[in-house]
Amino acid sequence: MTMEHFFIGAAVFLLLVVIMSSILIYRGPSVYDRMVGINAVATKTIVLICFIGYIYGRMDMFVDITLAYAILGFFGSIVTAKYLVVNKTGRKE
Amino acid sequence: MNLQILVSVILITCGLFFMFSGSIGLLRLPDFFSRTHAASNIDMLGVIFTMSGLIVYEGFTLTSLKLLLIFLFIVLANPIGSHALGKSAFESGVYPMLRSKKKSSNEGDE
Repeated sequence: MTMEHFFIGAAVFLLLVVIMSSILIYRGPSVYDRMVGINAVATKTIVLICFIGYIYGRMDMFVDITLAYAILGFFGSIVTAKYLVVNKTGRKE
Repeated sequence: MNLQILVSVILITCGLFFMFSGSIGLLRLPDFFSRTHAASNIDMLGVIFTMSGLIVYEGFTLTSLKLLLIFLFIVLANPIGSHALGKSAFESGVYPMLRSKKKSSNEGDE
């Protein structure tokens, strides 16, 4: 009963942290800073989906979504980091 | 039962605090590599605490096993992605900021 309210409060706080961490995606000086911001937001979104699953009371469905999102974000980050090597452009910007 | 909920609440609160401080470090630190340090390490600590709290809250079920799998996958995957991103940035010409005093005096002049 009270635990649901705690999860709602934790989800709202985590959403504020995600917004605060996505300022870096907006104002990052180079491409790599934006990639670091995207990684941080993806890591926090995994925990946020777990909280949403406990708020709705159907954790057995949301945990699969969380697993798929974790694998998808990891492979996206690896592929982007592999093909993002630009020659000497991220230095002075 | 009551002790389980208490331990879970304490662990989730610790994880949220670490995520908040990691996000502050992501905004405040001056360099790319120090930002990578804040994002990777402190988020990792927050995920460890929060997932441990959720596993303690769930108990011994199949959902708890899946949460443990997600936890192990994040522990394996997040340092690998951060390392690949840092290596890619270093190969394309982003170097670590070595003398912080000179840079800060330059920033003070601006």
